[in-house]
Amino acid sequence: MALNDDDKAVIAAVQAGLPLVERPYAAIAEELGMTEDQLILTLSRLVDQGQIKRFGVVVRHHELGYRANAMVVWDVPDEQVAAAAAAMVETQLVSLCYRRPRRPGWPYNLFCMLHGRSREETLGKLATLRLQPELAELSCEVLFSTRRFKQRGARYHEKGEEA
Amino acid sequence: MDALDKAIVNQLQGGFPITDRPYAEVAETLGIPEAELLARLESLLSRGILSRFGPMYHAERLGGSLILTAMQVPSEDYERVAEIVNAMPEIAHNYEREHVLNMWFVVATETPEAAQAALDAIAEKTGYPVYPMPKLKEFFVGLRLEA
Repeated sequence: MALNDDDKAVIAAVQAGLPLVERPYAAIAEELGMTEDQLILTLSRLVDQGQIKRFGVVVRHHELGYRANAMVVWDVPDEQVAAAAAAMVETQLVSLCYRRPRRPGWPYNLFCMLHGRSREETLGKLATLRLQPELAELSCEVLFSTRRFKQRGARYHEKGEEA
Repeated sequence: MDALDKAIVNQLQGGFPITDRPYAEVAETLGIPEAELLARLESLLSRGILSRFGPMYHAERLGGSLILTAMQVPSEDYERVAEIVNAMPEIAHNYEREHVLNMWFVVATETPEAAQAALDAIAEKTGYPVYPMPKLKEFFVGLRLEA
């Protein structure tokens, strides 16, 4: 599944976003000196292999009115992490759910994100999460964001960036 | 945003076709002309409601590194530290959060070595320890936010 040079060139070419033209893949392919079909096949393979998780829009939740965004961190007994995560994802209320290491003074090992248009709405979603039996007894903390300094996608294989 | 903008945002959060006329396909699903979809998307991008229109990568499968990192920064020094962190090209997101650990950012690099170098540089330039909290397991990513 290693990336070849063509894969890297394709990744670099599409990451800024697709052009808003009728045949966006043809436009990118032309820049790359490949055919539209070759580009479509390469992208489809990168999706199938999982290097591209999904193709679509990146929504800025703040601009959509979702301004009460909280990272909720949970202290879950190690053997219950998978069950707790499954219960969380099942509610369809969280946008992310990751297991991360505990740290000294930081007992939390399961992280999720909740978004709401108000703090009440976000905390209401947390209350709904806590109705899940797998989550009800766990201790958690809510870290609302107060300022966003930077939000951009990660960038890969940009020319010149490796120097 | 009007009802059509919302329908477009909601529709596209489900994915985007990789075919020769992708916008035409999406427009047909929405029951609007392709030209209108393109004009609407341009407007949504220029208004900053959509930040990008393309792929979401799996950093680790590209050989790269994406590390959530926390810091505890005294409030009187917060602006200085934020400026240092925000100025680094390796930083993809940075949020102030209400907690003792009050700065949370994501280090995104093409190699694990570059991530470590960035973490070291931040600790050195700011004078505060950084607490990397790398992902051990991903259970879920993605959410459709109803527009």
